[in-house]
This record gives sequence, C-alpha cells and structure tokens, in this order.
Amino acid sequence: MAPDTQILIASDKDVVTARQQGRAVALQAGFSVSEATLIATAISELARNIVSYADQGSVTLKPVHGPNGTTGLTIVASDSGPGIADVILALRDGYSSSGGLGLGLPGVRRLMDEFDIVSGAGRGTTVTVTKWLS
Amino acid sequence: MQVPILKQGGVLIATIQAALSDEDLLELRTALVQQVVRYRSSGVIVDVTAMDVMDSYASRTLLEISHMIRLRGAATVIVGIQPEVAFAMVQLGLTLEDIPTALDLEEGLAYLQQKARSIN
Repeated sequence: MAPDTQILIASDKDVVTARQQGRAVALQAGFSVSEATLIATAISELARNIVSYADQGSVTLKPVHGPNGTTGLTIVASDSGPGIADVILALRDGYSSSGGLGLGLPGVRRLMDEFDIVSGAGRGTTVTVTKWLS
Repeated sequence: MQVPILKQGGVLIATIQAALSDEDLLELRTALVQQVVRYRSSGVIVDVTAMDVMDSYASRTLLEISHMIRLRGAATVIVGIQPEVAFAMVQLGLTLEDIPTALDLEEGLAYLQQKARSIN
C-alpha cells in the first residue's frame, strides 16, 4: 500500500496541485482514467471549499484496504475554518452560502462511494470520501 | 498559465493548454471579453480539450464568459470536452446550461459560420 500524501491548501493554485496529485495516485492505485477524473473532480471541489471558506487546510490522499480484500482511495479534506453551521442544509442540492452553484458537497457525494462530514460552527470542517476499486 | 487567444476572421479561438487555476480562468474571462470588443468578433470558441477537470468553478466561469459575450452580441461555443470529463460533470450536476458545445474546433467553427449565415 502506497504511503499517504498530504497537500497543504492555501491558494487556488494548490487546488490544481491537489487534484493533479490525486489523479496520479488514483491511476497508480489501479483506477481507470474515467474514475481518476471523478476523483480529481471531487478533490477540486473539496480543496476549493477550503480556499473559499477556511483560507487554508489540507487534502490527504490515503490508499486504503476495504473489507473482502478490496482496495480504494480515501481523501480527507480538513480545515480549521469557521465550519458549517447547518451540515444538512449544505448537503442539499442548490444550497450555497457563498453564491456559488451550490453543488459542491452533494455533487462530491455523487462522485464518490462513501462520504462523511464532520463540521460545526467554529469547529472547522473535515470531509472524508472514499472510492473503491470495482 | 496564460491561455493563448487566436483571431481567425470574426472568430476568437482560446485554446486551454493545461490545467487552469481559478485565477487563470478569471484572466481568460477578462481577456476574451476585452478582445471581443477590440476586434468586434462575432464568435468565440473555447477549446477545453486539455482541461483535466471541469469543476463547478470552471463551469460557472465558462457560463459567465458566454453570457458576457452574448451581451456583446457574439456567440460562444465550448469544444473538446473529454468523455471522462463529461461523465464527471454530469455526476456533479453541471450542465453548462445554454452554452452550445461541439466535438472539436472544426465543428465549433462550422457552428459559428452557420449561425452567422442564418443572421445575414
């Protein structure tokens, strides 16, 4: 299993770096080009949320073992920004507090197989998503 | 990463050659709108063949470019969206709304020529 890769996210250029590294790690882990593009797109959305809402944070790429001998890639996007007061609302399609398309989190959830978010006002946000190799 | 913009007759062609940051996308928007005015262009083609990812920010910026250019009376066509990028866009819920798209540069130019003919 390849080691974890952590990318610090502090500007829009880091968003590009994170998704490019994510694509490379996904391809290395055996994902198809199409799946690697889904993963890179999810990373782009998550990393941009960090830049937009928290100024800085990190994206960690973790090749993982699942049950029944499956392997996959977990992405942890973490920041200590203001956090999301209403997570349920943020996961609803069409909702955005910054005038964006409001597709970020629900879209990321559709791109990946597993989705988990821990956040709260003043507590930062950590989004953990996983894609399994089929 | 600056996006080169070529002028061919009444059409401007912007060919994205690598992954673009948010700032690069905004620079492209400014440059295209300025050049459409300067050259009195009737059409713009944005070639995204080399784009690795089309996320919500990139989609929104392309929509803005298209709407701004339409206000100038010109048309925008997006060409070269890769199949896997299209797949990810649909999963993410991005549609580019009403912006015309075409397979490649050639078809994009044909679309704009046809549009110009139907106006004249």
